[in-house]
Amino acid sequence: MSVSRRDFLKLSGALIVSFSAESMAGPLAFAQGPFDTHASHIDPTKLDSWIAVDAGGKVTAYTGKCDFGQGMFTAQTQLVAEELCVPISRVKLIQCDTSVAPDQGTTSGSQSSPTNFNSGNLGQAAATAREALVAMAAKRFKEQADQLTVTDGVITGKTGKTVTYAELIGSHRFDIPLSATAKRRSQAQWTVLGKPIPSLDRPALMTGQFEFVHNVRVPGMLHGRVVRPPDVGGTVASVDESSVRQIPGFVKVVVRKDFVGVVAEKQSQAVQAARQLQVKWNKGTGLPPQSTFYESLRKLPSRDVLVVDSKDVEQKLAAASTVVRATYVYPYQMHGSVGTSCAVADVKPDHATVWSATQSVYPTRSIVAKLLELPLESVRVIYVRGSGCYGLNGADAVSFDAALMSHAVGRPVRVQLAREDEMAWENFGAAAVIDQRAAIDKGAIIAWDCENWETSRGGRTGYDRPGNVITGVLTGFEPVTVTPRAAEEPKGKLRNNNNAVPSYIAGCIDGKCDGGGTVRSERVLFHTVPSPFFTGPLRSPSRIQSTFAHESFMDELSARAKADPVAFRLQHLSEERIVNVVKAAADASKWEKRTSPKANIARTGVVSGRGIACVAYEGDNGYSALIAEVEVDLASGRVLPKKFVVAVDCGPVSNPDGVRNQSEGGILQGMSRALGEIVTWDDRRVTSTDWGSYNSLYLGFDMPTVEVILMNPTGVPATGAGETAITVVPAAIGNAIFDATGVRLREVPFTAERVRGALLAQRT
Amino acid sequence: MATISLRVNGQLHTLEVDPATPLLFVLADELGLRGPKFGCGMAQCGACTVIVRGEAVRSCVMPVSAVGKDEVTTLEGLGTLEKPHPIQQAFIDEGAAQCGFCLSGVVLTAKAVLDEKPDASDQEIRDALGGVLCRCFTHTRMFLAIRKYADAKRKA
Repeated sequence: MSVSRRDFLKLSGALIVSFSAESMAGPLAFAQGPFDTHASHIDPTKLDSWIAVDAGGKVTAYTGKCDFGQGMFTAQTQLVAEELCVPISRVKLIQCDTSVAPDQGTTSGSQSSPTNFNSGNLGQAAATAREALVAMAAKRFKEQADQLTVTDGVITGKTGKTVTYAELIGSHRFDIPLSATAKRRSQAQWTVLGKPIPSLDRPALMTGQFEFVHNVRVPGMLHGRVVRPPDVGGTVASVDESSVRQIPGFVKVVVRKDFVGVVAEKQSQAVQAARQLQVKWNKGTGLPPQSTFYESLRKLPSRDVLVVDSKDVEQKLAAASTVVRATYVYPYQMHGSVGTSCAVADVKPDHATVWSATQSVYPTRSIVAKLLELPLESVRVIYVRGSGCYGLNGADAVSFDAALMSHAVGRPVRVQLAREDEMAWENFGAAAVIDQRAAIDKGAIIAWDCENWETSRGGRTGYDRPGNVITGVLTGFEPVTVTPRAAEEPKGKLRNNNNAVPSYIAGCIDGKCDGGGTVRSERVLFHTVPSPFFTGPLRSPSRIQSTFAHESFMDELSARAKADPVAFRLQHLSEERIVNVVKAAADASKWEKRTSPKANIARTGVVSGRGIACVAYEGDNGYSALIAEVEVDLASGRVLPKKFVVAVDCGPVSNPDGVRNQSEGGILQGMSRALGEIVTWDDRRVTSTDWGSYNSLYLGFDMPTVEVILMNPTGVPATGAGETAITVVPAAIGNAIFDATGVRLREVPFTAERVRGALLAQRT
Repeated sequence: MATISLRVNGQLHTLEVDPATPLLFVLADELGLRGPKFGCGMAQCGACTVIVRGEAVRSCVMPVSAVGKDEVTTLEGLGTLEKPHPIQQAFIDEGAAQCGFCLSGVVLTAKAVLDEKPDASDQEIRDALGGVLCRCFTHTRMFLAIRKYADAKRKA
């Protein structure tokens, strides 16, 4: 059966849709598309690629930005309903399916709102459709389009004539391009956007009806498990299939270079086979000692970016009466999704379908095609939600695992990773070492120098780098590694470089200053250095590391200048929107103006303090300021956050409940990462491979209250919102600990042991 | 392989399975249930939680043969889409989920402790949830939902 994209609408809700190779045009495949993507067979410049109205007036919208639980499904449904003036219940959103949705690259980097809610793409498509329908009605009524009104998909003329969308277009194509001038509904006109619409997935989630990728079942489906090397860099010497052949239901051992997997009829049999399979592994490459690892980064060959350099920093530092220096360390941390990654692949001789929780259906399609040596157009990747996605977890790798195993056995295979396979081999959030130096004169910062060493290996695969995740490397592809390169002189507009730039510098290049602050003697040098582990985006990648260093250091500078940390920040900020979030958070938390640390700190018992941190996410993609109130038990070193107040500016808020949920979750996740999370290793392998060895805060933890203030400004574009709050958490907590105890923590996580050690050191 | 009778969410199933199979795989693969999920396979996270004999248990480490004649209740066994159980309704009202993968552990563990002790204190509820993970960190909303359910139940 061949199903066209149009027929797909009629089968709405069906998970398995037969494959249609005819609907795909090959030659377009490698041309450059928008969104930093490849052009796909679905042309994003055409309205029909985004919006269809059926004979019953139901609107189907297609998006390349998917919902992981961050609320994009609901928010995008609101967007389409708002622009088309129909109730939410009449909109069906199809997300991230390479057969029917346009290629919007990867759902990541806090880019979904800017991409689809501002001046182009999904929002603009819905507005284009509304204008086109109104124009059709105007023609029919012989009236002026601007005199018509639309309510609930019914267009009413000046004389009272009415016509429905279904009557005008029902099941026909629009056959027009996306209009750049189609008028968007203003924030003041919004009736659906901007409202706290309860997330549409809730009833199904809470009653166990929601289909995760883990629940996808395909007729004839087998179960696979991977067998990863014991050591980082380990390779296969030999595999003894006879060690598992007697297991009931055993189907096959799949070996491709260093990739090893087992396939069986049932899941428990696959688990047993993976445990029992005898593989002789060659030794790995060995790992550097963790105790000296972070300091060793400075000596590695690096790829350098000189973000800004006023050329007078050394001179100012040498001449200044007060110079402050500090080094900050951020460890590798993991996504550690609560469910291990899972995918289902059905590979036939001439085509393949993969159900995947990837953030990047089109790039994943491209990699699957490459691994299986299939033409690109004969692979279909369908997004189905996985477990908590905070960036590049194991979703892509397991999609490739499933494709390889299904290819080898000629039947559909579901693969779910074992916990240790997930945690040992995912693309970790990068470790970083950051040096800060600044000069203070007459109560103001007069020079700021920041040098950052951040680890990197692999990352997102994009369309052509399978080796950027574990499965690709095991099958013989190389990861992107760091090619050493000296820095060039900064030119053009200031690059924020993922918040490598502190908010307080002026950021002047060739006389043009695009930074958020006032410090004009400035230098920011960023080194990317090789990592022994895979790295990749983890919620607020690079931004959380750099912001920890900048905002902790700003606190140190405030203390040295004997200034109130909020006032000192405001003194050095020029960007209005970050100023506004700082003021809003300070007001809401009833910030008491004084210096840190607190006066007369007790020597025993439990002490308390407050700390602030703020960020302009990527310079201009969202703003947040967080005030943390914490208690510290001086005997044990245990840190107990009591209250967080965060002010968030993400432009016009599409769904206040969604942004609140993201901000609350971001802050508590940031707290868990600040207090306990760290990837550990020995001389051969990662050792934090379960929840006993990687410390995530359980639901038993006495959680602080979280107050979220949404700035919701008008007349500005939408920005990202999923990463703004988490970015400031480690620094705000560290600053609060300093306020409470006088002890400065410059290394994440702030474990009780580490805090206690720092308290003891302070006293001796 | 053996023939096993298993009572799940009010229905009796007769299955040909290896009695050592973890209950989770029987529920998810043989019966096609979506509530209980594989998170770690080591009883460390709670994603696979079901209720047996009034207790929240980890179905990833419980052999199916250990269930015996007792009823197994999964997340979908509490209420339906149209008529959610009051604790599910409280979670819906509070919007207490992000990705939602962990919900079996959170909802069923909370329900089990409150069935056993309707006047459980916040600390007792936290203690019961001490081994349940939510990596999206929806903790605050989840506790609000549980508290709301507990208070309503006590008044009823």
